[in-house]
Parts: sequence; structure tokens; C-alpha cells
Amino acid sequence: MKQTILIIGATSGMAEAVALRYAKESAQFFLVARNKAKLDAVSANLTAHGARAVYTFVMDANDSNTLPEMFASAWKAYETIDVALIAHGTLPNQLRAQNDIPYAIAEFRTNAESVIACMAGLAERFSSQSKGVIAVIGSVAGDRGRASNYLYGSAKAAIETYASGLRGRLSRAGVHVLTIKPGFVATEMTAQLNLPALLTVSPEHVARDIHHAILKRKDVLYTPWFWAIIMRIIRSVPEVIFKRMRF
Amino acid sequence: MNQTLSWGRYPYCPQTPHEIFWPEDVPKGLADIAAVRQGSALAYGQGRSYGDSCLSESSHLLAMERVNRILSIDLDLGLVFAQAGLTLAELIDIGLPHGFFPPVTPGTKFITLGGAVANDVHGKNHHVHGTFGCHVKRLVIYRSNEGVVECSPTLRPELFAATIGGLGLTGVILAVEFQLRRVSSNKIEQRNIRFENLDEFFALSQAQDTAHEYTVAWVDCLASGAQTGRGHYIAGNHAEDGGLTPAPKGRIGIPIDLPVSLINAMSLRLFNTLYYHRQQKKEVVSRVGYDPFFYPLDGILRWNRLYGKAGFQQYQCVIPQKDGREVIRAVMKEIAKSGTGSFLAVLKRFGNIPSPGILSFPLEGVTLALDFPQRDELNVRLFAKLDQLVHDAGGRLYPAKDAHMNATDFKKAYPAWEKVEALRDPQLMSLFWKRVTQ
Repeated sequence: MKQTILIIGATSGMAEAVALRYAKESAQFFLVARNKAKLDAVSANLTAHGARAVYTFVMDANDSNTLPEMFASAWKAYETIDVALIAHGTLPNQLRAQNDIPYAIAEFRTNAESVIACMAGLAERFSSQSKGVIAVIGSVAGDRGRASNYLYGSAKAAIETYASGLRGRLSRAGVHVLTIKPGFVATEMTAQLNLPALLTVSPEHVARDIHHAILKRKDVLYTPWFWAIIMRIIRSVPEVIFKRMRF
Repeated sequence: MNQTLSWGRYPYCPQTPHEIFWPEDVPKGLADIAAVRQGSALAYGQGRSYGDSCLSESSHLLAMERVNRILSIDLDLGLVFAQAGLTLAELIDIGLPHGFFPPVTPGTKFITLGGAVANDVHGKNHHVHGTFGCHVKRLVIYRSNEGVVECSPTLRPELFAATIGGLGLTGVILAVEFQLRRVSSNKIEQRNIRFENLDEFFALSQAQDTAHEYTVAWVDCLASGAQTGRGHYIAGNHAEDGGLTPAPKGRIGIPIDLPVSLINAMSLRLFNTLYYHRQQKKEVVSRVGYDPFFYPLDGILRWNRLYGKAGFQQYQCVIPQKDGREVIRAVMKEIAKSGTGSFLAVLKRFGNIPSPGILSFPLEGVTLALDFPQRDELNVRLFAKLDQLVHDAGGRLYPAKDAHMNATDFKKAYPAWEKVEALRDPQLMSLFWKRVTQ
């Protein structure tokens, strides 16, 4: 069946890889991102790879006032939407966030509040169509606050808890919510980090897992799969020891 | 990101890639590399150049493989406009179902459009379609001193001519517009004719090249005496029917760097003899998929690792038509005498279609390409002899494959180098260019 996909943060590396998979299945798209030039390039590429139709909408996800207009255009373009993927986000600089409070708040807004606003808006639209999947990109970092990365981690924890509650609420309406928890992925967002090569995968790898998880209506996806084990171990470390760990 | 080498893994100069995701990131990438203060940068695609033409002076590269989006594709006319990191493999997957194929393809499809332009690559159909550059309509490049610029045969033609085959030095190639060719199937009607010696190859080439779009010959580079230059002449045309589905993706790979080369005198002789005799009949006609026809080696990912840690060099020369036969014979004799050589010695006659690129490699004549395991002294001695033969005949070597050519030979063989140098982006410099121009 040809799918209709809405992506917020469509120029992010993971979103683009997911979209490409759906494009090859002749899906149709409504893409949202803030940079028009990049959005146009992504859109053209999806069309070339087989997308049946692509609509684009330029907005900053932090601008929640524009959300209703964006949703209205999306549901005007398509009667129903099968999958909504919320993929926008940043990787805050933890050190700067410790001293620069306005920066920390702004980053938290981008990674948590704006995502929650998107989920809330989508929940309304999806409940009235009584079907579909809302997929949101969290992170393994959301499982536990690490000294080196806890602003990002706490924002991801917030959206994952929200998604969990939303999943419960919408399951009665026939709408599914998928929480995606990637580990290290080689994308633009992480390009400046020195990620361990053995644990780092391509966005295409993660996209394959996401595509599959959406199809199988999974609730929570750790990708690649071994992060489920790693994070189970990390979560089980007693706080008294965890607080002394440096990573 | 992991460090990277060139395809031949020689010279051993590990490079640090700076991943680029959007054309807009290129200035920042260049600034990051400039901040390292070790010299100039270079754009890098799939690293299929064999020698040092894809290695930068600073050992820092702009990794362009993620800048690979198709910006437009006209499925009626076969006109593509795509970012430079797109590979021919990806393009075939998209174009073939609509009856389109690259107009020119080298022996691997894992090359980027940027690389195809920068090296002005050629294929088995050079005598019919010329080089890749002959099919390029427009280029978008970033020049550190003037920003994003466009060029084409009519718009800034000097820059266009210097960029086709310009080894990525005239600016970072961001996007390429070019023309695909029509095909009616994914199959090739192949004709494989065994020949006993070099004279027979030239006779075959004379008689058969016009009837086939694709022609190439494999030569047993270890055969000597009367058998010098024995091999298989392989010719093909796109079939009229057979479906348009792209080839399946399953491939085996060489998972590790081998400590020593598996390619040595014994394995070479065995392989070459077996390969020569694999076909008992003089001529075999068959119908094969485009993958095994064009890209036999792509079936083994990272086959370059077979040569072990030391790596290998490819020697590819072209000899002008006039003396082609005699000089190629002399070159083959020298190689047979040295006992070193490769699984894949490839012989092909180039046609006379001129390339728009002023630094383009092909000339009307005969080209020979062989891989040699890297053995310092042996290669130096052998290559010096071969170089003399090639240059005395007015021939030249292919920069995309080269790791040894000296500045004198280069400047003589490529008199247009100064025009490219004049248009070179001051922030770009390869180890190759440094070696042959300074």
C-alpha cells in the first residue's frame, strides 16, 4: 500500500534516510524543515527516487504558533496521513549549557518543548482519523542522565515519557506511537563528535530499523538492537556507583 | 571519522575526512582544514582513484559522499542534475527502470559524479561515446575566491575545460548536469574472442570495434615469445530486450587488510593461464547482465585489500595510434620479462572523439592498464623502462591511476597543465599535483 508520510525535521540525516526508503516504495510526502534550500534538495531527491508526491512547508519547529497552519496544510494536501515522523533536534553543547542558562533553556525548548507541541498537535489530528503511526526520535541518552550530556538526555527523557503516555491514550483510538531510541549514528548532528567506530552506524542502518518498527507497530525501538542490552545494563547500575562514572 | 587511503593504498598517506552534508557546508569544511595549517584541501568521493590524485596536501579531505542528492531528472530526455557525491551505482538503480544508463562508465560503478568529471573517466565505449566529460552539460563548483559558480561549454568555457579532467583542483564540484543514454534492456550481447598474440588483437580490434559499442581485451601479461599479448577480446552491445530491472545487490567483501599480498608470481601465472584457457572455442557469444559485463570486480567489495598492506600501483598508459602496435608490444615484453604483473591487464583502442577537458587522458590510440603489487625497487626499475617507451612514443599516463610519474614527463605529456594551474583554487591541492608540477 502506498503510504503518506509527514516528516518534521525532514532535512535531518536520519529523517532523510527514512524518507528515502519510503520514496523507493512510491510513498507521498509532506516535509517540514526550516531551511528552504536544503528542503528543496531533499524533496527533489525523493521525487527522483520514486516519491509519488512531495509537499514542503518551511518553518522553524520552535515556532509553535505556525504549527496549526502547518497541520492544516498537511491535512489539506492529504486526506489521511499514515506516518508522522518527528525528527528535528540539536545536540546541545553540555559545557556551554552549564553556564549559559538562556542557551540551555533554548536548547531544551528545541529538543523537548517543540517536540511535545508537535506530538500534541499530531495526536489531535491522528485521533480524528483513527489510524496511523506517530514516530518520534528520542535517544539512548534519554535513559539516564550522564554528566557529559544531561541537558540533551533530559530533553529526550521528557519527550519519551510524553510519548509513552500518549501511546496509552491513543491506543484506544487505533493510533500507534513509536519511540525511536538510536545509539551513535553518523549524521550531521554528530559529525563533530569522536564516536567509537565499532558502535557507530549509518543513518541508512537506523532507517531500516525504523521502517521495520513502524511496519510492525513496535512501541519502543532501540537501534541498532544492541543498545537495548547496553542501556539495560546502564540503567541497572546503582546511582551511588553511576554518579562516580565518567562518560 | 576513520582515516582513508587511495584505492591502491599506495602511497601510504592516511587522510582525515571532513564529512560534508550539504553544498552549503563546503566553505566551512575548507575553513576547518585551513585552520589545521598543514596545507590545502581536496574533495574526495569514493576514493577509487588509485594513486595520489585523490590525496590532499594537508591530509585533510572534504568527504563528499553524503552530498549525493538528485536535484532533477528528466525521465523523458534522460537529463540528470545531481549533487557531486552521487554514485553511478545509485544512478543506474534509478535510471535503468526508465530505460537510461550512464553514457560512459569505467570498470566500477562505485564512483561519484564529481570523480567522473574530475578524472574525465572513460569506458569500453570510448571509440563511440568519448569520455564522461563529453556528456556533461553544466557544472556547479565552489571556488574559495569567488563562491559558487557555474560553468558549461558556453558559460565560462575555460573554467569548464579546465574542470573536466581537472583532478578536482579548479574548485569543489558541487553538482553535475549530464545526459544519460537510452537502453532497452539490462542485458549485454557479449562476444568473447580468444586471440593468440598482439597482432591478432589489433586485427580483431580493427574488424570488430565498429560493430560493437563496448570493446576491451584482457591480456595474459605473463605470456612471452610468440604468445606475447595473447588474450580475450570482449565486445558487447546493449541487448534489445531482457527487462530493465537493476542488478541485485548481494556481494562478498574482503573484510580485513591482508598482511601480505595474495597476488604473487605463482598465483598470477596460474590465474592468467587458467583464464586464457577457460574458453576452448575461439569465439563464444552470450548474453550477460550489465553488472558482470561492466563491473566484474565490483562483485568483490574492497578487492584492493587482496594486495596486502603494501598496496599496489596501476600502470595505465596510452600510445598514439601511429606507433601503437610496436610500442605496446615493447611494453608487454618488458613486463613479461619482469615477471611481475596483474590478473587484469587490459588493452583497448581509444577512438578519436575529443574531450572538452584540456587535461583529459585519452588520445586516439591504444591504452594498456595493469596492476602491480607494490614492491619498491622492482616497480621503480620497471616503470622507468616503461615510461621511457611511453613518452618517446608521445604517449602518456593516466593521472587517476598514477603514483609515480615525474614532473618532466607530466609536463611534456600534458602541455595544458599550466592553464589548469592558473585556474586552480588556491585552497585545493593534491599530492599528485604537487608532485608533477613543483
